[in-house]
Amino acid sequence: MEHHRMEVTMTVNGRSVSRDIEPRVLLVHFLRDELQLTGTHVGCDTSQCGSCTVLIDGEAVKSCTVLAVQCMGQSVTTIEGLEQGSLHPMQEAFREKHGLQCGFCTPGVMMTAIQLLKQHPNPTESEIREGLDGVLCRCTGYETIVRSIQHAAGLMADQEPQPEEEVG
Amino acid sequence: MRTAPFEYHRAQDLDDALEWLAGDGDRDVKILAGGHSLLPLMKLKLATPTVLLDVQDVPELRGILLESGWVRIGALTRYVDLTRDATVGDSLPLLSQVAATVADIQVRNRGTIGGSLCHADPAADIPAAVLALDARLVLVGPRGERRVNLDEFTVAPFLTVLEPTEILTAIEFPIPLQSQQSTYLKRPHPASGYPVVGVAITGDASPHEPLSNVRVAVTGIGPKAYRAEKTEGTLKGQVPTPELFRAAADVAITEANMSDEPDLSYREQLTRVYVERALYQFYGGVA
Repeated sequence: MEHHRMEVTMTVNGRSVSRDIEPRVLLVHFLRDELQLTGTHVGCDTSQCGSCTVLIDGEAVKSCTVLAVQCMGQSVTTIEGLEQGSLHPMQEAFREKHGLQCGFCTPGVMMTAIQLLKQHPNPTESEIREGLDGVLCRCTGYETIVRSIQHAAGLMADQEPQPEEEVG
Repeated sequence: MRTAPFEYHRAQDLDDALEWLAGDGDRDVKILAGGHSLLPLMKLKLATPTVLLDVQDVPELRGILLESGWVRIGALTRYVDLTRDATVGDSLPLLSQVAATVADIQVRNRGTIGGSLCHADPAADIPAAVLALDARLVLVGPRGERRVNLDEFTVAPFLTVLEPTEILTAIEFPIPLQSQQSTYLKRPHPASGYPVVGVAITGDASPHEPLSNVRVAVTGIGPKAYRAEKTEGTLKGQVPTPELFRAAADVAITEANMSDEPDLSYREQLTRVYVERALYQFYGGVA
């Protein structure tokens, strides 16, 4: 069978991108190999670990279990898309509260946490832990991740009235 | 991991999708919904369709509609929608409760109710709710529409009666009586989150009155989820007592099809314990 190819266009971190790819290319490989956005990591490659989590139209999704062609016309946000001139409050909070050690899982954890705070702007500890069910971290034991997300919630609440203002 | 090569087509509507499925017979066309069961199988080369038919744009597969006596849930409805939709929450709280226990938020953002049922994994959560709520599945093909219940639909692990030319378009749930209570209790596998055993119970119940219209559905045990009808018979018309719950749990393990289970005594014990605990939880939730 000849390897079918197709033109795929989507928005990534606010920019429209097009590539001619095989339909079997996974979103995570599209981001890493076609767009060189290597902040999104491949961990388990079996939709367990959540390291590859990105936002599709604002919702956290494991990009190793999505085809790039499924995202045609949709908007994808990766870890590289968070920083707008200065660190995103989530990044700021992870730095401040030591929410990472080796850092491998961190991009996926942050993208998952961003959706979590959208749903629960002021989450309880158990809501945070429940929200982290789909990400695995083998360094921190999650304690500092939970603290980081609580801190991020505070930073984002402070930021709320003036969304344009720089943080940190 | 890469899947085998395939051709991708995105169907515009139900007619377009049915046309692709009818095809010329030479090509193995597989329907892609949320992809959270199919793509992992394709990455392992356990599934190698030559055409993937993406149905995400098919409007006929969407929506949650309240019709006279029924809630019609489009096959493309995601788990996350089931957990948030007000109609489902009000009319079918069991379905919301079950959907909220599936995997994690990233998976619930993609996985669909129709995809779960067509994949027919014997250790899925959704079948327990579909059986306990007595829902029927709407299958549309070139010769029109037919409706089947889940027990008829699911044949064996990963095998259903869905013809290659048919699509599951919706699941229709009868709206329960106001008095219906329900509960779901599962033992999640610590790594995968799938139910090692899951027990769903519905029925009309008050704390000190005989139980009526009781339905007990068990998933995770045996080749497919099943209604535990003898267990229901044990409970029907009886006033709830701890002795009754224990007796019902003992009956439940006799009707599970566990002959092929490698860890039989563990499974039996788990089924007994979870049916009994689910009954306590069910009565605890009765006002």
